[in-house]
Amino acid sequence: MDRPVMIQVDHVSMKFNLSSEKFDSFKEYVIKSIKRQVSYDEFWALKDVSFEVYKGDALGLIGLNGSGKSTMLKTIAGVLKPTKGSVQVYGSMAPLIELGAGFDMDLTAKENVFLNGAILGYRREEMEQFYADIVQFSELENFMHVPVKNFSSGMVSRLAFAIATIGTPDILIVDEVLSVGDFLFQQKCEARIRSMMEKGTTILFVSHSIDQVKRLCNRIVWLDHGNVKMLGDTASICSQYIQSQG
Amino acid sequence: MSQYIQNFKKFEPLLRELVGRDIKIKYRRSVLGVLWTLLNPLFMMIVLSVVFSNLFKFEIENFPLYLLSGQVVFNFFSESTTSSMSAIIANASLIKKVYVPKYLFVLSRVFSIFINLMASFSALLLVMVAMRTELHWTVLLVPVPLLLLVGFSLGVGLILSAITVKFRDIIHLYSVFTTALMYLTPVIYPMSILPSWLYPIVRLNPITNILMMFRDVMLHNKILDPVSLLVAVVETLLVLAAGLFVFYRNQDEFILNI
Repeated sequence: MDRPVMIQVDHVSMKFNLSSEKFDSFKEYVIKSIKRQVSYDEFWALKDVSFEVYKGDALGLIGLNGSGKSTMLKTIAGVLKPTKGSVQVYGSMAPLIELGAGFDMDLTAKENVFLNGAILGYRREEMEQFYADIVQFSELENFMHVPVKNFSSGMVSRLAFAIATIGTPDILIVDEVLSVGDFLFQQKCEARIRSMMEKGTTILFVSHSIDQVKRLCNRIVWLDHGNVKMLGDTASICSQYIQSQG
Repeated sequence: MSQYIQNFKKFEPLLRELVGRDIKIKYRRSVLGVLWTLLNPLFMMIVLSVVFSNLFKFEIENFPLYLLSGQVVFNFFSESTTSSMSAIIANASLIKKVYVPKYLFVLSRVFSIFINLMASFSALLLVMVAMRTELHWTVLLVPVPLLLLVGFSLGVGLILSAITVKFRDIIHLYSVFTTALMYLTPVIYPMSILPSWLYPIVRLNPITNILMMFRDVMLHNKILDPVSLLVAVVETLLVLAAGLFVFYRNQDEFILNI
């Protein structure tokens, strides 16, 4: 493979301690730790996962609920630190994990554009250049001075998608976001992701809609209970995935 | 080290936006807006100086100024630490989804309260002019105690924000603590009325030390006392180091508890 590696996931395991009893107060914690009653149930959300993503790839992560897809994305995004192993990311990353996470509901849409842009690492001047494009893509011309708390969920996701896909990040992470919005907007989003791919952006895509994965991705990682069940081309894995679903 | 600086530079625009957001939200829908940061300490000063110059008679010249300067310093400490305490919890939705250096949230809270401090400091200057008190050249030294105050509050804020993620009790406990601390700081009373057993306790309070330096340069036409200055610098550095240590030790676990 002569294309450069963009993301290297190297034997990543992720352990969560599910405390069997929850304590929120200091007193409880002290008493319980003195009595040695603090017990944890270990839960491995990811078990020794390794794969690489090359430049220009569109990698789909599929699997049932609880298979570790979101945990995988979070470790790649740098939000979670893996318990074992390492994740190396080369290049800039635009996370689209759960739309609107970076919004402050009390601020207006316009103010949120700049706040969210800063979260993605853009300066104010750069954002001013993108601003017209964001307004136009999200189709929210008349609502830019309305606080986001008054938006419908569709409006929030349109705005968030428009912000996250400005510029050309090296890596775009898309988690279950295309399932929101109406049919037309979904098409628009897909078109935009495609045009980003043409410019060389690497895509990480998580979806339960196997059709979308088929349309967008060229490689697939199938996760099952934290293990990599299969890794390879879209066509072959998709058919097996659909079969396993019965 | 250079890697940390690089990372900070990348997220410096975010710090600016976060500070801007804090201030915008605070004064959204109020007619006078940011002017409140100036008016609030003024009104508080009027109320307190009326109460205290009639109820208790302290041997202080210019009591309103004495009081206001005390409030400027102490309120900054209590507001900035209280606000940084919840910095991590309040931004949970963001921290869970996107990688952002987490200390930025604490830093932005301290900075936005610092902008408030600048406003209440201008209120102090206004009152000084209105009361025709002399402005001495020592006023030029005022950045020193203010800088120490910000550093000290930031250190405390970092520790609080990290602990609060695990133990929410701190939020409730802390308001009691700041009230107690206020009475252990000569905000409304002069040091001279303290009984001898209490005097050393109040004097050992780091905020007292910084406040006394602040008053020296603002009101008393004195330059900074080298011993106090040294003590304050050491205390600030220690608290900052402790804050960074506690914060960095715990920050990877924040996400599991918020």
